[in-house]
Amino acid sequence: MVENTIHATQAIVTLDVPLPGIIWGWMITLNMWAKSIATGVILVGAFLLYRHKKEEMPNLRWMMPLLAFVFLNIFLLFTLTDLHQPYRMINIFLHPHWTSAITVGAWMASLFLLLITIMLIIGVGQDLPNVPFKGCKLTAWGRNNGALYDTLFPFVVFLAIPVTLYTAIIMAESSARELWQAPAEVMQMMWAAFMAGTSALILVSGKWSKEARRDLALVLAIATFFSFMMYMGEYFFSFKSAEAEATLAFVHSGGPYNIEFWLGMVLGFIIPFFIAVGNMKSDNKTLLRVAAVLALVGLYMAKDVWLKIPQLLNLS
Amino acid sequence: MKLGFLVDLNLCMGCKGCEIACKVENEVPLSSWRLRVKYIDIGTFPDASRSFTPLRCNHCESAPCERICPVSALHYLDNGIVNVDSNRCIGCAGCMMACPYGAIYMDPETNTADKCTYCAHRVESGMMPACVVVCPVQANIFGDVEDDASHISHYIMEHQGSVQVRKPEKNTEPKHYYVGGGNQTLNPLAHERLEGYGLFNNVTHLKHIGNPHHGVLDRFLAPFESEEKLTNTSFMNSEKTDAGSHNEEGGH
Repeated sequence: MVENTIHATQAIVTLDVPLPGIIWGWMITLNMWAKSIATGVILVGAFLLYRHKKEEMPNLRWMMPLLAFVFLNIFLLFTLTDLHQPYRMINIFLHPHWTSAITVGAWMASLFLLLITIMLIIGVGQDLPNVPFKGCKLTAWGRNNGALYDTLFPFVVFLAIPVTLYTAIIMAESSARELWQAPAEVMQMMWAAFMAGTSALILVSGKWSKEARRDLALVLAIATFFSFMMYMGEYFFSFKSAEAEATLAFVHSGGPYNIEFWLGMVLGFIIPFFIAVGNMKSDNKTLLRVAAVLALVGLYMAKDVWLKIPQLLNLS
Repeated sequence: MKLGFLVDLNLCMGCKGCEIACKVENEVPLSSWRLRVKYIDIGTFPDASRSFTPLRCNHCESAPCERICPVSALHYLDNGIVNVDSNRCIGCAGCMMACPYGAIYMDPETNTADKCTYCAHRVESGMMPACVVVCPVQANIFGDVEDDASHISHYIMEHQGSVQVRKPEKNTEPKHYYVGGGNQTLNPLAHERLEGYGLFNNVTHLKHIGNPHHGVLDRFLAPFESEEKLTNTSFMNSEKTDAGSHNEEGGH
């Protein structure tokens, strides 16, 4: 065949510069993962407070803002650390550019952190009167303003949604990485928040009622199932462009990212799904905790692969 | 006024004069390029040909890098140039994720994003970009694409039907045109990078973005360090001591 002998279409790069490689690495993965936990505990916590009495989950009122506070700070720390000019982070507030989802997200996350901090002070002030020390004025203020917690909570829950989703908008604005520009990315962020939030709450639910824990298992099962299905859809169906297809072909062909992806799917989605479903019938705290830890590990791995693989595609 | 660029690939002979002139004019650090000339071989011997494609920022009219920049460090000038304010850049690399042409790099000395600015500082003084001046065959044509009388407008009109831009499907409206290009020269998915076919070996990915001596902690300490650590010299010294990376990046 003439096309085999002449190679009329074969084109090979014979001289070029080295490619940039992975620019957004593990710190961005960790950043997204921590944000999923921070907003997830609020969303799932709101669901639990809607379904159950506070007395069934004695530590939820302070543990929920505490987890959100800790993981939001991890998220913000790694956002800052990943910047090549960390001290200039202030420019986002001094010179905001509102077409950028990075700007909008930074403002929303900061507001979210402020509200979470207030809730944490109130929650700790009311439930743990001697923390951090007896006579602390800050927690005393929280104790005296308990009603503010309930006033703020609906706004915090509402704000948790865009704070969860704005990363998907950043990815949509990253027009060089077509794999991220799937509409599924928005829902993937939401499911990740439900998965991570539920998992974090499972780890602190030892003294909660069985019914509350059953609800946690239910949310975990639903979130892992739908998130897994969406990953499978994105992984196997070439959905739009040549660049997205080339990226998927790269990961399909094997290598460390293929292994990491499937390990993430098995550890973070398939195993926790079955444990969570089983736990809805018979309550087993230890197994549910194992499922929670696996879900958190698997979610990190899946996010890590999805973040890195499109960056290996040559753009020019 | 809307400044644009046109490269006639039929004229380009791959001398890399533009690449060097750009490096010198803009003091582009080692391991970084604002403009590069890529060689592509098509076919197999004896039915083979080599083409040369200069690649630089496209100064898109709808620039994704400008849109995603959180602090407007990337901004439009009145003449259509997409400029960079390195004093404002926070180094988030969002622009590097957004540019579909891979035209933006992280400057290893300043730790800020940088790219071709069509030599905005020269243009402001009424001069042509350095790469235009140095081109021995006048393959680089620069001018106002909104002015019907400009050389670039005439060139575009004379070559109607063969003027192309890279990745038109991205709707970025690039103001950088090519004449004489084909799918294999302009579409990065239409050619491969096979080991053993390059003029240098193991030309793959950079091991790092930024100065190798400028890690995460150093980013925080940088304002308190002396300038001495952040010069090209230190970067060159580091490569001299690292024979492995020298070979990997095409040492011979």
